[in-house]
Amino acid sequence: MKSSPSEFEIFWRTVLARAYPRVVGLSRNLSWLFFDFAFPLVGTFAMVFVYQGLHAPRQYLGFVVMGGGMLAFWQNVLWTMGTQFSWDRGNGTLELMAVSPTSFEAVLLGMAGGAMIMTTLRAVAIIVLGSLLFKVTYNLGGLPPAIGVFLLTLAALYGLGMLLASLFLYYSREAWHLGDAIQEPVNFLSGLYFPVHALGAYVGGAASLIPVTLGLDAMRQFLLPGTPRFLDPALETVIVALEIPLFAILAVSSLRFMEVRARREGKLISKWS
Amino acid sequence: MPRTPNPSSDASRLAVETRDLGRVYKTRNETVTALSSVDLKVREGELFGVLGPNGAGKTTLIKILVTLLLPSSGTAKVDGLDVVREFRQLRSRIAIVSGGENAGYGLLRVREQLWMFSQFYGIKSKVAYARIDELLERLGLASVANRQISGLSSGMRQKMNLVRGLMTDPRVLFLDEPTVALDVGAARDLREEVSRWMAEDPTRTVILTTHYMQEADDLCDRIAIVNRGRIVIEGTPQSLKLEVQRDVVVDLQLEPGVPVLDRLREVAGVGAASVREEDGLDRFSLLLADDAVLTNVISAVERSGRRVAGLAKREPTLEDAFVKLVGRSMTEEETQ
Ligand SMILES: Nc1ncnc2c1ncn2[C@@H]1O[C@H](COP(=O)(O)OP(=O)(O)O)[C@@H](O)[C@H]1O
Ligand SMILES: [Mg+2]
Repeated sequence: MKSSPSEFEIFWRTVLARAYPRVVGLSRNLSWLFFDFAFPLVGTFAMVFVYQGLHAPRQYLGFVVMGGGMLAFWQNVLWTMGTQFSWDRGNGTLELMAVSPTSFEAVLLGMAGGAMIMTTLRAVAIIVLGSLLFKVTYNLGGLPPAIGVFLLTLAALYGLGMLLASLFLYYSREAWHLGDAIQEPVNFLSGLYFPVHALGAYVGGAASLIPVTLGLDAMRQFLLPGTPRFLDPALETVIVALEIPLFAILAVSSLRFMEVRARREGKLISKWS
Repeated sequence: MPRTPNPSSDASRLAVETRDLGRVYKTRNETVTALSSVDLKVREGELFGVLGPNGAGKTTLIKILVTLLLPSSGTAKVDGLDVVREFRQLRSRIAIVSGGENAGYGLLRVREQLWMFSQFYGIKSKVAYARIDELLERLGLASVANRQISGLSSGMRQKMNLVRGLMTDPRVLFLDEPTVALDVGAARDLREEVSRWMAEDPTRTVILTTHYMQEADDLCDRIAIVNRGRIVIEGTPQSLKLEVQRDVVVDLQLEPGVPVLDRLREVAGVGAASVREEDGLDRFSLLLADDAVLTNVISAVERSGRRVAGLAKREPTLEDAFVKLVGRSMTEEETQ
């Protein structure tokens, strides 16, 4: 009897394998340079110019530059991870993932992980270029805690992306509408271009459910002197940290639940027959 | 290439067993019964064919057996595992390859994509590459191993899909119309590889659906004919042909004219009749109870004013059995 691989082995091999097409895709299909790199860069800088035109306080330029960097990660989660199953269903790949012994969680992690190279490149470019161009000054002493918060935010964000992706196992058109519908409000509520403080306690409190909101606010407080305080950055960090298991549990349960529903109603199957 | 099932395989072990299996699709405005009361037993080591026209329920049956679709009623086991309750263990033991399959990522190369799918089964990369290379070689794809998938012909693509199905060494392999729309050569290569793979290990099982008679006849140890979600009959290709053994099979060619198929079916002693058009002639296949019926057939044709272009008796085929059992030919069903 041949020994069969452990669940853990299947998991990490799937993560690497699903990341692979994303990574080699970078060199084989260069359109991303345009759509995922140049466009967002220009978009963020345009926002800076708007603020400059309005004679906003200088710190706002820093808010926008950091927000632009974070937006890259948010969009990666929402669009490449969240909607992945919709693409995969169309050509029958979802079906092959589903019949194999691997898990959807591993597939999603690999997919988003592979896209991370491009996302990080974009975020770094925005932050470095933006900071030089608009002469943003940072409090470098705040860098270590800011990096810590960033990693926590990313983890929570991935849970949220997985939760969203689970909807695409069952729904298709409806889930796209949802993705479209939440994109702008999230960009606004999470304070990508201004501090959450400006939203007030209630709206800001509700917006805190989006991990980017508090994570970004804490990073700004650590790095940009004079950022208006929404909550104490330590508290914000704790809340983001708590959102990690929250979204992880929700995502895993939702994936299980949606898979059963999808099997019941034939939604895993692409209709070519 | 007919296969002899290996006598050393344990015939008491069942690779597939369904009991009263049914599936209903509910859409907004209709309810389709795709499968009903399917009782199937496939022994380990068999190459089992599911033969039926489009819409018969073949794909639905396969999707239930590979755990992608839940049955509406009844139960199914594959390799001894329940497809609903024990689907997690089952998934590492099965594989599916469907005709016209387009899965994967077009920017990957053949070898890369196969490796990617192998990782979903947790196979060590070195082992996976060794198997992939061997199978690519066997299917004559070694020269395109490093070609991007988006540049493959449909024949090469389907061979690559078969490699994907074989490389994980499944206990039960499901092939859903694997040769549909392929050219003759590619289809033959695929069938040959399936036979070879089966011959290597007497405990391997293949469930193959098809609407090609010849494919079922050539390849399968046993066949179930399905129509409208039900199994009409089950047996070896030879035993199904016995269904029409006593009948006289006649090919009748008529020059174009008024429709006569229904009239021919009404002639006493005509068991079944089907027609296809080729080279400007209507070619009828008739199953007659005995030679004497032929006289009545000819006079029915003459009364309709159509002219006979040719007439010949021949050996019964699986197609004739199908027409007799289902009441119409495979192609007739398709064009509905
Ligand atoms: N997802 C679905 N929703 C509704 N009806 C379906 C679905 N899939 C298949 N059907 C219907 O079920 C019947 C059987 O289809 P299928 O199993 O694909 O047959 P086959 O593979 O033999 O062509 C057909 O009438 C088909 O239209
Ligand atoms: Mg089908």
